[in-house]
Amino acid sequence: MVPALAGCGGPLSTLAPQGPAAADIATLLWAMLAGAALITVLVLGLIWHGFARRNPRAPGEAFWIKGMGLGFSFAVLFAVVGSGIWVGERIQARPGADVVRVEAVARQWSWRFGQPGPEDEIVWTEGRLHIPAGTPVDVVIRSEDVIHAFWVPQLAGKMDALPGRDNILRIEASKPGLYHGTSAEFSGTGYAGMRFEVLAYDPAAPPAFSDLTTREAP
Amino acid sequence: MITPNPPQRALRLHRELDRVWGRPAGWRGILTSVNHSELGLRFMVTAFVFFAIAGCLAMLIRAQLATPGGAFLDTALYNQFFTMHGSLMMFLFAIPMLEGLGMYLLPKMLGSRDLAFPRLSALGWWCYLFGGLIILSALVAGVAPDGGWFMYTPLSSKTYSPGINADVWLLGVTFVEISALAAAVEITVTILRMRAPRMKLTEMPLFAWYMLGTSAMMLVGFPPLILASMLLEIERAFDWPFFDVTRGGDPLLWQHLFWLFGHPEVYIIFLPAAGAISTILPVMCRTKIMGYGAIVAAVLGLVFLSFGLWVHHMFTVGIPHMALAFFSAASALVAVPTAVQIFAWIGTIWQGRPEMRLPMLHLMGFFSTFVMGGLTGVMLAIVPFNWQAHDTAFVTAHLHYVLIGGFVFPMMAAAVYWMPLFTGRAAVRGLGPTAFWLILIGFHGTFFIMHLTGLLGMPRRIDVYPDNSEWIWTNLVSSFFGFVMAAGFALFALDLLLQILFGERTRRDPWQADTLEWAMPMPAPSYNIASLPFPGQSALQLARGEGLLPGAPRGRRETLVVDAISGAPRHIAVLPGNSALPIVTAAVIGGFVLLMLFGFYPLAPFGLAAIGVTVWQWHKFMGSQSDEPPIEAAPGVSLPVNHSVPDGLARTGLTCLLIANGTFFTCYLFAVGFLSVIAPGWPAPESTIGTLPAGTLAAVLILILIAASGLARFPLATGSTVALPLLLLGLGVTGGLAMLLDDPTRHARDALRAAGLGYVALHCAIAALFALLCLVQRRDGRLAEGRVAAWPIWRAWQDFTLATTLILVLLIAAQEIL
Repeated sequence: MVPALAGCGGPLSTLAPQGPAAADIATLLWAMLAGAALITVLVLGLIWHGFARRNPRAPGEAFWIKGMGLGFSFAVLFAVVGSGIWVGERIQARPGADVVRVEAVARQWSWRFGQPGPEDEIVWTEGRLHIPAGTPVDVVIRSEDVIHAFWVPQLAGKMDALPGRDNILRIEASKPGLYHGTSAEFSGTGYAGMRFEVLAYDPAAPPAFSDLTTREAP
Repeated sequence: MITPNPPQRALRLHRELDRVWGRPAGWRGILTSVNHSELGLRFMVTAFVFFAIAGCLAMLIRAQLATPGGAFLDTALYNQFFTMHGSLMMFLFAIPMLEGLGMYLLPKMLGSRDLAFPRLSALGWWCYLFGGLIILSALVAGVAPDGGWFMYTPLSSKTYSPGINADVWLLGVTFVEISALAAAVEITVTILRMRAPRMKLTEMPLFAWYMLGTSAMMLVGFPPLILASMLLEIERAFDWPFFDVTRGGDPLLWQHLFWLFGHPEVYIIFLPAAGAISTILPVMCRTKIMGYGAIVAAVLGLVFLSFGLWVHHMFTVGIPHMALAFFSAASALVAVPTAVQIFAWIGTIWQGRPEMRLPMLHLMGFFSTFVMGGLTGVMLAIVPFNWQAHDTAFVTAHLHYVLIGGFVFPMMAAAVYWMPLFTGRAAVRGLGPTAFWLILIGFHGTFFIMHLTGLLGMPRRIDVYPDNSEWIWTNLVSSFFGFVMAAGFALFALDLLLQILFGERTRRDPWQADTLEWAMPMPAPSYNIASLPFPGQSALQLARGEGLLPGAPRGRRETLVVDAISGAPRHIAVLPGNSALPIVTAAVIGGFVLLMLFGFYPLAPFGLAAIGVTVWQWHKFMGSQSDEPPIEAAPGVSLPVNHSVPDGLARTGLTCLLIANGTFFTCYLFAVGFLSVIAPGWPAPESTIGTLPAGTLAAVLILILIAASGLARFPLATGSTVALPLLLLGLGVTGGLAMLLDDPTRHARDALRAAGLGYVALHCAIAALFALLCLVQRRDGRLAEGRVAAWPIWRAWQDFTLATTLILVLLIAAQEIL
C-alpha cells in the first residue's frame, strides 16, 4: 500500500516498504490501525452515551458481558490473530532453489556481512550488505558478543543476533536501491550508532562489493 | 443468626482500643510500628517519592531526545537514566504502591483490625526502604544499573558489565522483592482468613477479589525473577556459567525467566487498579457494579492466562513461527477478560446516574488511554507486526498507554477517592481538575505521536539520532508535552498536600459508598473498628461495640479468623504488638546485601548467620504457656484462641510461602530442562562424580529426610529430639556431597547441580531450626497437649524439603544414567 499520510517516509520507516515482507506487514498494520481506531471511537462513544442518555431502558448485563465482552472481542481477535498467522507464514524463510544465503555477524558496535561474490565465494564487508534485488535472501544472523538485532525496516521485520546460535531472516528488496538498517536491541554505549546499509543491486549488473565508509564511528 | 453485643460507650471503647493498638509517639513509635494503616500509607508515600524521582529521570530523557544531537547527557549517563527510570517505576513505584493500597484498605474493607502478620508488613516496608536507598545511592554515586530494566545477558554479565552497576540491580531489586513476597503472603492470608464474620468469599467486595488475584500472581510471578537474579549474581560473583553460551549456559534462559515474571507483572500492576475502578465507578454512578460474577471470572481468567504469554516479549529471538503463533493467540486471548471488565464498567455507567466528580474524571482518563493501550497491545501480539515494532518507540508508547492508563489514572482516582479516609479531610476545591487536564493533555501529547515515531523506525533506548531528521518534530512534540504532563503531576501532588494541610474536616462516608472501610471514624483509628461487623450493622452500632469482639478487654490485639470459604468464625487471633524486630531484621539483611555488593564474599556466611540469629528472635511472641478458655466474642459465640488451634494463620501463611518456594524450585527445574535441551553447549563434559560415594551419600540424605518427616509426625513434635541431630547430620552429608561435585565453573550442568545442592542444604538448615524451635517450645511449655505451636509448620516444611530433595536426586541420577 502506498502510504496515505505525508511524512511516512524516511530511511528507517516501516510505513514506506520496499520489499514483499515489509509490504505485507505494512498492509496488516494499516488494517489493524483502522480497526483499532474504530473500536476506540466505539468504546468512547458508548461511555459518552452513558452520560448523555435519556432513555431509561438500557441494555442489560447479557448484552454487555456476553454480547460485547465475549462475542464482540472474540470475533475481532479471531480475525486479527488469523490474519497475523497468515501473514506470518507468508514471510517465513523457506527453502527454495533461488534463495540467496548471506551472513550477518554483529559485535559491539558494528556489523560484518558475508555475501556470495561473482564466483559464489563468500566476500566479507564491513557495515554494508549486498543483495540482488527481486530475489529472496536468507540472512543468517549471529553475534560475537552480546545480543543485537538485525533490522532493515523497509525490507522486513527484525531478528535477534544471539551469541552461540544462528537465526535466519528472509528479506527481499523489490527494486535496486540503498536501504538503511540498524541494530534494534540495546547493546551498551555504542548502540545508537550501530547502523548499516543494504545495497540491493540489479542482478544483471552486480557492483564491486565495498565497505560502508561514509559513516564515521560515534 | 448472631446476637449482637450490648451497646457500650463509644468513647470508652475507643480509648481502650487505642491504648492497645496504638504506638508510642515519636521516633520509637515510628521505628517499631506494625500497624497496617500506617505502613500502608508509608508504602504509598514512599512509592510516590520514587515515582517523582523516576519521573524526573523521564524528563531528563525527554530533554535529551528533544533534539537529534542530544548533547545534554553522555551516553553512559543516558543508559543509567533510562534503566533507572524503568526499574524505579516498576519495582519501587508500581508494586509498592499497589501493596500499600491493598495493605491499607483490605483489613478495613473486610472488617478486620489488622493484616495477618503485622510484623511482616513492617519488615516488608523496611526492606523496601533500605533496598530503595541502596539503588538510589548508586544513582547519586553515578554507578547506577545501565543495562536496561530487563538486564539481558550477556550484556549484563561480568564480561560486558564489569562494574558494580549490574550488581546493584540484581541485589537491590531482590532485596526490595522481599517486601513483595511478604505482602503477597500477607494479603492472601488476610483475604482468605480475616474477613468479617459470615462474609462469604463469593460476597466479598470486588477489590478483595482483585487483590486475591494479584497476590496469588505475586506468589507465583516473583520467584522466577528472584531465581534469575540469584543465578546471574552467582554467575557474576563466582563465574558459575548459567547464562554463558560457551559453557552450556544460555542467555535465552534469562529472557524466559525474566518474562515469566515480567508479563504477569503487568497484570499484577493492572489488577489492583482495576479493583479500584470496580469499587469507585459504581459509587460515582450511584449504582451497583454490573456483573459481579463475570468480573470475578475475568479476574481469575487474567491470573491464569497471564502466565501463558511471556514469550510475546521474545518474538524476535528465533523461536519457530508456529510456536510463536500459539503465544500470539494466547496474548490476544488475554484481551477477552479485559474486554469483559471494560464492558461491565460501561454497562455500570449506563445503568446508573453517573456524576462527573473528581475521581470519575480520573476514571475517564483511564478509559480514554487504556482502551488504546489495550488495542495496540493486541497489535503487538501479532507476530509479523511485532517483528517490525519490537524495540521501537511504538512499544514505548504502547506500554505507557497501558501502564499510565491502566495504573496511574486509576491510582489517581483512588487517591482522590480515599484521601478523606487517609486524612479525615475533604479536598480543597480548584486544583484537582486542572491537574487532571494537564496530565491528560500532556500524556496524549507525549505518547500518541510516539507511535508514529516508532513506525518511522526509531529504536528504543538510543540517545542520539543525527541522521534521521524525520524523527525530530515528533520527538520535540513528545518532549514538550512530557513537561506539560510533569507539571500536571506536580500540581496533583500539590493538591493532595493542600488537602492534608488545609482541607476541612469531612463527615463519615463522603461519597455515600457501601463498602466497610467507610464504616469507621475518619481518619481511620489504629484499631479500625471498635467491634467487628455482622452483616447489616451500621457504623454507629459498630462504634458502640455491638458487633463481634468489642474493645480490647484483655489488653492485647485480638481479631477474628474465619473459614476461608464460608466466612464462619473459627477462632480469635492474638496479633503481635509494636516491635523493633522488623527494622533490625531488615537492617541485618541490608548488611548482607552490602557485603555481597562490595564483594566481601568470605564474610557473607557471617552475614547469613546474623540473619538466622535475628530471624530466630521472631518466635518469642508465638504461643502461650497455658491453656486459655474460649472467648465469648458475641452472646452465644465462643471461640478458641489461636494458640490452641492447629489451623492458625501461620499455617495458611506457610502454605502460601511454600507455593512461592515450590514455584521457585519449579523454575529451577525449568532451567535445568531448558539448558539441557535448548542450549548449544551440550552435552556437558563427562561427569567425574564418583557414582558409588555420591550415590551412597545421596541415599543417606534421602533416608535421613524420610526419617525426619516420619519423626515430625510424632504427636506434639516428640520426634524433634531425635530429628534435630539427624537433620544436622543431613546438613553434614550435603557438605560431603559438595566436596564430590564437579567444579561448578566448568559447565552450566555442574553449576546447576551445585546450586541445587545449596538449595537442599538451606532447606535442611531451616528444617533443623524448625525442629529446634519445637524442642524449645516443648521445654518452655508452649508446645503441649492442646497447644500445637510450631509443630504443624515444622511438619509441612520437613515434607517440602523431602519432596524437593527427592526430585533433585532423581534428576541428577537420571542425568548420570542417560
